[in-house]
Amino acid sequence: MLQQVSALITRDIALARRQGGGLGAAFGFILSVMVLIPLAIGPDQILLSKLAPGMMWLALLLSVLLTADRMFQQDFEDGSLDILAMGKLPFEVVTLAKALAHWITVSLPLAIITPPLGLLMSIDVSQLPILFVSMICGSLALSLLAAIGGAITAGLRRGGLLVSLLVLPLYVPVLIFGVAACTANLGASSSTPALIVLCSITLMSLVISPWACAAALKAYLR
Amino acid sequence: MQQFANPARFLKIANASLPYIWAITAILFVIGLYGALVTTPPDYQQGETVRIMYVHVPAAWLGLFIYCLMGFFSAIAFIYRHPLADVAAKTAAPLGAVFCFLALVTGSFWGKPMWGTWWAWGDARLTSMFILLLFYLGYMSVWSSIDEPSRAAAIARIVALVGVINVFVVKFSVNWWNSLHQPASVIKLGGPSIDKSMLWALLVMALAYTFLFLALHLVSMRTEIAARKLRNARLAEIGNR
Repeated sequence: MLQQVSALITRDIALARRQGGGLGAAFGFILSVMVLIPLAIGPDQILLSKLAPGMMWLALLLSVLLTADRMFQQDFEDGSLDILAMGKLPFEVVTLAKALAHWITVSLPLAIITPPLGLLMSIDVSQLPILFVSMICGSLALSLLAAIGGAITAGLRRGGLLVSLLVLPLYVPVLIFGVAACTANLGASSSTPALIVLCSITLMSLVISPWACAAALKAYLR
Repeated sequence: MQQFANPARFLKIANASLPYIWAITAILFVIGLYGALVTTPPDYQQGETVRIMYVHVPAAWLGLFIYCLMGFFSAIAFIYRHPLADVAAKTAAPLGAVFCFLALVTGSFWGKPMWGTWWAWGDARLTSMFILLLFYLGYMSVWSSIDEPSRAAAIARIVALVGVINVFVVKFSVNWWNSLHQPASVIKLGGPSIDKSMLWALLVMALAYTFLFLALHLVSMRTEIAARKLRNARLAEIGNR
């Protein structure tokens, strides 16, 4: 089973690498947000560095969301999903593998690229390590929750808007604890509790997401 | 549960009981509103504004209650595949969204004189109520964007179940977030405890809202069943041509 899962993940990674687009566009989105925010609120260094963690989390979250509606659509349209659904592998595991592939190809690279961009918003350098850790922990949850939205709209022509309406409320806890972990450093309290809760949210999405994706996709494949 | 799953039997029971439910709703509203607006004393701190509570708090309760009910119906539909449970969940959503919206609007009317602002992000309940409204809208847009009813039902069930699990996580995280950002200006709503002279009116109003929901829900379930019959009849007609 592990072999099949890794085969599936390698296939998705290869597809993402050769087609390109997804990661590049998402990165461009984050970059333009990082440029536009200072232009919108002015060059005040203190204000910018105060806003930076929240704004960077928001940029990460929205850029992952941009890629969500394409997650299952292509495989649904060309029929590979039908074959995967008929295979020996439980369908929940298939959806989990696809979500993991999305994490490896989109969310994780974005989570690694984003923190250094915070220097554009004059972020405190001592905050960078915790920003790295929290974004990497949270990015898996972002991918898993985006997969739910992608699965729900897999068979729809214009699912983009529906995805954001469905997934953004699900992102609220990730956003709150991700930002809490970064800003806690400034105050007296440590950022550990927020990080632990962030990890627990990731684990919880790991349980719910494969089941929900599989059930939603089965409704389309019937 | 099983014997109510038959749409014909359900319609019979609903039609027979609806006049009584409407009557009970009307009576409860008359008693509750009279109590809320006339007989109960004004609050010693908030004055007459406290009367907003009698329309605000029951709406908020129902907004939450209907969401849980929707999750319950969706679970029933997921496990037993009762089409009627799907109808119940689908028709409950717009009603719940309206109660939720009502709670938000009256809450903001109450917030203006009490907090000095229409909207306070510092209040965790307002914030989580707003996110609940977003969940309602997401659920409803799933129904409206998928054409085929059985497919829409299958997907809406999942959205509702995931939403029910998540709404508690959201509630918890907003409370945490609120404790981080707590501004000093927010006064605790209603005070620590509520006096008996106010409590009875509040409970009667809550009961009145619940019966109103029951009546509206039965009516809209009836409408939905009729709409499905109509759709099937039209499809059969096309097939016979």
